[in-house]
Amino acid sequence: MAKEKMTGAKAVVRALEAEGVEWVFGMPGGAILPIYDALYDSKKVKHVLVRHEQTGAHAAEGLAHATGKVGVCFGTSGPGATNLVTGIADAYMDSVPMVAITGNVSSALIGSDAFQEADITGITMPITKHNWLVTDVRDLPRILKEAFYIARTGRPGPVLVDIPKDVQNAELEFEYPDRVDIPGYHPPVREEPRLKDAAALIRGSSRPVIYLGGGVRTSGAYEEVAKFAELVGAPVVTTVHGKGSFPETHPRCLGMFGMHGSKFANYTVQESDLIIALGARFDDRVTGKLSTFAPEAKIVHLDVDPAEISKLVTATVPLVGDLKLLLPQLTEETRNAFQTSGRADIAPWWVKVNAWREKHPLRFTAQGEEHIMPQHVIQRIWEKTQGKAFVTTGVGKHQMFAAQYWKTSEPRHFITSGGLGTMGFCLPAAIGVQLARPDALVIGIDGDGSFQMTLQDLGTAVDLNLNIKIFILNNLFLGMVHQWQNLFYDNRLAATPLSDRPDFVKLAEAYGCLGLRARKPSELEDVLDRALAHEGGPVIVDIRTRQDEHVYPMVPAGAPLNDMIEGN
Amino acid sequence: MERTETTPTYSSHTVSLLVENKPGVLHRIAGLFSRRGYNIASLTVGPTERPEYSRMTIVVRLSSKTVEQVVRQVQKLIPVVEVRELSPVDLIERELLLVKIRTPERNHAELRALAETYEAKIVDVSPDALVIEASGNSGKLDALEDRLAQYGIQELCRSGRIALERGFKTLAPPNLK
Ligand SMILES: Cc1cc2nc3c(=O)[nH]c(=O)nc-3n(C[C@H](O)[C@H](O)[C@H](O)COP(=O)(O)OP(=O)(O)OC[C@H]3O[C@@H](n4cnc5c(N)ncnc54)[C@H](O)[C@@H]3O)c2cc1C
Ligand SMILES: Cc1ncc(C[n+]2csc(CCOP(=O)(O)OP(=O)(O)O)c2C)c(N)n1
Ligand SMILES: [Mg+2]
Repeated sequence: MAKEKMTGAKAVVRALEAEGVEWVFGMPGGAILPIYDALYDSKKVKHVLVRHEQTGAHAAEGLAHATGKVGVCFGTSGPGATNLVTGIADAYMDSVPMVAITGNVSSALIGSDAFQEADITGITMPITKHNWLVTDVRDLPRILKEAFYIARTGRPGPVLVDIPKDVQNAELEFEYPDRVDIPGYHPPVREEPRLKDAAALIRGSSRPVIYLGGGVRTSGAYEEVAKFAELVGAPVVTTVHGKGSFPETHPRCLGMFGMHGSKFANYTVQESDLIIALGARFDDRVTGKLSTFAPEAKIVHLDVDPAEISKLVTATVPLVGDLKLLLPQLTEETRNAFQTSGRADIAPWWVKVNAWREKHPLRFTAQGEEHIMPQHVIQRIWEKTQGKAFVTTGVGKHQMFAAQYWKTSEPRHFITSGGLGTMGFCLPAAIGVQLARPDALVIGIDGDGSFQMTLQDLGTAVDLNLNIKIFILNNLFLGMVHQWQNLFYDNRLAATPLSDRPDFVKLAEAYGCLGLRARKPSELEDVLDRALAHEGGPVIVDIRTRQDEHVYPMVPAGAPLNDMIEGN
Repeated sequence: MERTETTPTYSSHTVSLLVENKPGVLHRIAGLFSRRGYNIASLTVGPTERPEYSRMTIVVRLSSKTVEQVVRQVQKLIPVVEVRELSPVDLIERELLLVKIRTPERNHAELRALAETYEAKIVDVSPDALVIEASGNSGKLDALEDRLAQYGIQELCRSGRIALERGFKTLAPPNLK
């Protein structure tokens, strides 16, 4: 490629084009104006004007979740940049590939407490894979190339590139590099994986369980996982980020385990003698009290990030590497081990697992005539759509109900904020998903509290005429916290009741989209049907659900995984 | 299976890093240590045989398992080219000590002799004070400090540890230019 003279701002746009970026989310301001001005001419990169930079970051996450591509968001210096912080932290916790680009005050002013100056590289250091303050315009092409590369490779995650205004205006001879050379970045690993040892454990195990996490999604190793699971024949459990990596309708899939997993999934993990963890990180929401976690289980842990191995639970056999490359080798090694030496009988284990499944299914009180049950709403939407939709959620009880009852069978179709647990994720993520997947059905399962954290971007969704459907399971409560107060704080409801404001139907109308409401079970079906049939923009559905319907089963924080509280 | 370490024993570990010589690198590393709750006993940073890289030596008091975790977390930082715990057996470690003793001139001869025993140097002399410079491993400097205490230490300043391993092994990975 011949070199071309241009400004740093233009170079940013050219880099985005070279990376195949279709959408960027952001809001302009003085310090990023040169980039916006250059973007104005781009035929390939489209900009979405959000009403708050946090929303832009979550929308970028939604897009990345749904597609595996790198999500891109912009913010101006100071408040624009700091507003991105929650979204960046969210992406960091959930390993979502993201490039955040911020403008900063001119180099000469940096460090002088200039107007709208914030040390955003300092602020985001702990929540990015890496970040850069660009001091020389000639470094821009290399830095942007590295930024995209680092965001999407290895364990994906967010990066941030902070560009002072004078650097945006300065000229360079632009040439986008076609490769990177970062001496301190090695996503591939050096040690030989101990595949034979792992296979031997699998062969000898009579109570194995396969534990799938978000790493299956990021590696795209769905077929590899299916083949491995087919061979091993063990029960499969997933984290909330593993949902959809293995069909939840498959007879061997026990669905989500952990704090709000099913009893049968948790019992299976707890009583197993071998846990094969694939791209999962033994989060405290899934292990319960660590010292009592699966006391008899040996652990095979496959993860691309060596720092995850034996961080919390010591791996009997660590396998460091990319699932997509390593898992087929493990499958082969296991097949060989089975063929040459036979394997332990796992039929009695299945008898046990199936008995748990029968005895302790996920259940909730059937919906009467008085109260709409949140779980019922999710089931009905699932039935009406056959589960063929992308789902995004807020954070709270509604999120966990969705995780329990939205049986997900397609990869990347259940999109939620797990690690950071960011209320307000649902609507912006849905925007990002719908833009990336214009023909897909995109459903938001939101809470009244969560929705109000980012509802200003309903305007954005209407502007873009996105057919997203947000179902607010409205309990007039910060419900998840209410549940904890109910169970562990003598029902002292400090700051959890939410007033019945705003009127979500009127709010929808004010934004120029459809608003619907169901207060009683008798109103539900019609409202769901109308919402699902609606075209020509977003629909907001205010569904008044039973207030004291809590999420069960539940492992209280710090309790062993099989010590679950049941509802009524 | 034991899920948690029963009683972790804490001991001193020397972690050596080769890092890109760029602004903000110290911040990244110190920040990682503080946010993950790893206490730093000492940290030194200085140039190496290659101008593009600096060498950091960090001494931590942690359990061996935690040190492994530290090394893996530090390795994830992009400007960190290589990081390893140096083997305590092969360790050549040095610290530097400067100490000012306020003492009448009649004691100077005695102090000179003491300094000599520890291969230390007297680098400044005035009628009622002198400054001693010593280098060595931390044990030796601790001992010297103890001996000097009775003369009245006015001011003392000690560097962090720097360290290399014996033999031909180096920290730099082979692919480094
Ligand atoms: C209110 C609330 C309740 C929750 N309750 C539960 C619950 O009951 N159950 C539950 O599961 N979660 C629950 N969560 C979510 C939980 O907090 C964690 O976010 C989640 O368990 C982490 O999922 P994961 O282990 O799949 O890890 P992720 O955060 O998705 O991490 C992915 C892992 O895969 C690795 N990886 C990435 N790419 C690759 C690759 N190419 N090859 C190999 N490995 C790779 C990464 O290094 C990382 O270790 C809850 C969250 C909230 C907010
Ligand atoms: C930004 C943010 N602030 C606070 C919390 C703590 N929190 C977790 S769940 C929750 C309540 C959520 O309420 P709502 O969205 O109505 O969902 P519900 O639990 O009622 O279904 C709160 C406040 C959080 N997760 N995120
Ligand atoms: Mg609520």
